[in-house]
Amino acid sequence: MIRLNGDERDDVAAGETLVAVLARLRLPLDARGVAIAVDGEVVPRASWPSFQLRDEARVEVLTAMQGG
Amino acid sequence: MIASMRETIDTSSDRANGAIGRTDATPAAPAGSDAIEIAGRTFGSRLLLGTGGFPSLQTLADAIAASGAELVTVALRRIDPDARGSLIDVLADAGVELLPNTAGCHTARDAVTTARLAREALQTDWIKLEVIGDEDTLLPDAPELLRAAEELVDDGFVVLPYTSDDPVLARRLADLGCAAVMPLGSPIGSGMGIRNPYNIALIREAVELPVVLDAGIGTASDAALAMELGCDAVLAASAISRAQEPVAMARAMRAAVQAGRLAYGAGRIPRRRYATASTSDEGLADLT
Repeated sequence: MIRLNGDERDDVAAGETLVAVLARLRLPLDARGVAIAVDGEVVPRASWPSFQLRDEARVEVLTAMQGG
Repeated sequence: MIASMRETIDTSSDRANGAIGRTDATPAAPAGSDAIEIAGRTFGSRLLLGTGGFPSLQTLADAIAASGAELVTVALRRIDPDARGSLIDVLADAGVELLPNTAGCHTARDAVTTARLAREALQTDWIKLEVIGDEDTLLPDAPELLRAAEELVDDGFVVLPYTSDDPVLARRLADLGCAAVMPLGSPIGSGMGIRNPYNIALIREAVELPVVLDAGIGTASDAALAMELGCDAVLAASAISRAQEPVAMARAMRAAVQAGRLAYGAGRIPRRRYATASTSDEGLADLT
């Protein structure tokens, strides 16, 4: 099971790429102001289409929010 | 500066009151210009705005305009696909520069990763570095802060660390290559003002970098005091966003920062225990 922003997701499978993850969040590949970490490591935007998720991957899709 | 300050305190008759801040007569502030330079970039306003806590994006936009701030902080959080309105759009429309923070990070590792995510998301290598060591006070974790600052500076970031009011820690951060230091006046969001003005003045003397008073501002007079102590800028967040009238408070903070800066440059009179007549006794009539 993939964990996406803290939630276990059955609509994202191991082997899929981060493009699929973005699609589940209804985000385009060129979404502005977005960054992704997988298992605590930054995945550069250029690698999103090729980055394949392992099972149990923890994916964080982040953006700018009000703060500090 | 340190020597002259010590001399003033030690030799003046009012040493019990303790002069704080500039006590020499030469204005250090450039007259007329309110611009500040951080890491080679010039900002027209010495008020930085934190975007947290505003009741709506519209209020935030109005407060930015009222504050005159050109550099505003943002946090990095999980995206909400259903969120209405885009903070990034609002800030782009306002024409401000973004200063992402690492709020909520408790380790150097988390802070460094968050900074890198912010750089990915927002295409800026500027980072307001926060590494929190205690949940109740949100005080910085000094060893983790130093570790994160060193790694981020090495990685090419422009690091503006949120730090305690410890002059030694401020100097360590400066030595690591940070672009500014951002000491707290009191805990984040506490509105307690500047609890140790002596330390803030010492930090001003300890580093050559811009000093930005970061946390604890409660109202306009706190911001003015920060500037009178020699801070180069003030960052206000909750003090504005959680005020009853955020836009009016933004205007007040803007005026306070300008007033404090002018007063710092003008050089305040020393504190004395006894009165000093402003009117000369010379020519005083004998009315007995």
